[in-house]
Amino acid sequence: MSNNTEFTLAELMIVAASEAWRGDGEVLASGIGVIPRLGASLAKLTYAPELLMTDSECFLIEEPIPLGPRGDYVPKYSGYMSFERVFECVWGGRRHAMIGPTQIDRFGQTNLSVVGDYKKPKAAILGVRGLPGNSINHINSFFVPNHSKRVFVEGEVDMVSGVGFNPARWEPGMKQDFMDIRRIVTDLCVLDFEGPDHAIRVRSLHPGVSFDEVQEKTGFPLLKAPELGETPHPTAAQLEIIRRLDPHDLRGAQIKGNPPGIRTAA
Amino acid sequence: MNKLMTTADVVDQLRDGMTIGFGGWGPRRKPMAIVREILRSNVKDLTVVSYGGPDVGMLCAAGKVKKLIFGFATLDAIPLEPWYRKVRESGALELLELDEGMWQWGLRAAGMRVPFLPTRCGLATDITKLNPELKTIQSPYADGEVLLAMPALKLDVALVHVNVADQLGNTLIQGGDPYFDHLVARAADACYVSAERVEERLALTPDQARLNTFERYLVKGVVHAPCGAHPTTCAPEYGWDMSHFKRYVASAAEEGGWQAYMDEFVTPGEAAYQVKNGGIERMGKLPLPVF
Repeated sequence: MSNNTEFTLAELMIVAASEAWRGDGEVLASGIGVIPRLGASLAKLTYAPELLMTDSECFLIEEPIPLGPRGDYVPKYSGYMSFERVFECVWGGRRHAMIGPTQIDRFGQTNLSVVGDYKKPKAAILGVRGLPGNSINHINSFFVPNHSKRVFVEGEVDMVSGVGFNPARWEPGMKQDFMDIRRIVTDLCVLDFEGPDHAIRVRSLHPGVSFDEVQEKTGFPLLKAPELGETPHPTAAQLEIIRRLDPHDLRGAQIKGNPPGIRTAA
Repeated sequence: MNKLMTTADVVDQLRDGMTIGFGGWGPRRKPMAIVREILRSNVKDLTVVSYGGPDVGMLCAAGKVKKLIFGFATLDAIPLEPWYRKVRESGALELLELDEGMWQWGLRAAGMRVPFLPTRCGLATDITKLNPELKTIQSPYADGEVLLAMPALKLDVALVHVNVADQLGNTLIQGGDPYFDHLVARAADACYVSAERVEERLALTPDQARLNTFERYLVKGVVHAPCGAHPTTCAPEYGWDMSHFKRYVASAAEEGGWQAYMDEFVTPGEAAYQVKNGGIERMGKLPLPVF
């Protein structure tokens, strides 16, 4: 895949994130945060023009908006997507969101509420936000800029905000069919839940990263996807689109130290 | 009919222990002039129902909040709401932490005068585990699905900030997203609105009139509060005040920080508040955030 173009880890992750939306059809692609948003935008501008996107406020657009101050660029609106409409979309299931939770467990359960004891937490984060509703209604992927045992926790997440493949949490009669957890894009690898009984697996490793390193920085055992290989490198065409979508290089501040995409042995 | 009143008149209507819903979303179009009036009052033990921004943080900082019914608290550009965080971590708050969708669903139920509305949101999470008062219900139809019965979130009072109102209680929300203010208004026994501009009686074109999102019979009082959402946004007129947010965030890390913030910005009153923030001239021209 490599065409010897230089690229950063953030750019590699944007391309990996964009792959999450492949084949989804006409759904609202909600990439929350710089890398997920650039991933969704890249998907829409390349292999998935059918995706719906917003201006990150309340209007639908067909041309993804560059990030940050816009200069002469004037967004072209094609429709409306207020928060009220977003809930209607979420509950109807026509959405694939990618967000960055504080914690993720082996079941794909996520936490955005608190770290530590619920009543008197070590750290209060945002609150559950839309995770309970998103996770039980539509496709979700996740983004982790700092793959570590603090994010990929042993046992369950401290406060289960988003549902996952944990049988103990589901009672008879509750509908699990709409839960669809796809990918986790981290700074080390791409994970999915396509193992036996939705077991979490490493799907691809970023250049220069070993499976053992990923396992060591994860709080639970991981499987290797049979087709496990290297995360595809960005193509020159993809890099050109990413640079156009992010003229102020906000992506450069997303991963600590803005490392290159191909890591050399430490 | 003239519903015009002052922020002090609104706060006179509040009682200790009331359940109060706030319009807006995070750091957007919050009724902050009324919040500041509450901060100056003796009202306490409130149950605060909000998509939380600095309304939640400041009321927590001032010790006004007994219980918080919320899905999040954030300043967006500064993700962690500093005073919510500090008070939440002290263990001092009673909580009903809800999925964002459940929150508006509960208000909707209250507005429609039904005891609950069914939803899948919240099932199989810690929300139901932590709040055993949230019950499930089985569909009476052939599918037999088990759903969460989101109870009505009935409010004593709703507080909402809008762009334009008239003395009759008609309102316009001119920003792109009206959020859920209509549901907050419908869920309450009494809704008080503050407005950037108040006219005697609105006389609108059809396009303008579509920006009215709830009926005036819901509105008990109208307050003229220019820049009344500051330091939050009031699109399309002004954006959030990042320098004020930074000052506010810093107060949570300082010894006696809240008292200092109160002394500097809140206690001297709204006119002094405006002077402290560069006057209406500056506040009303703060640029809208670009994403």
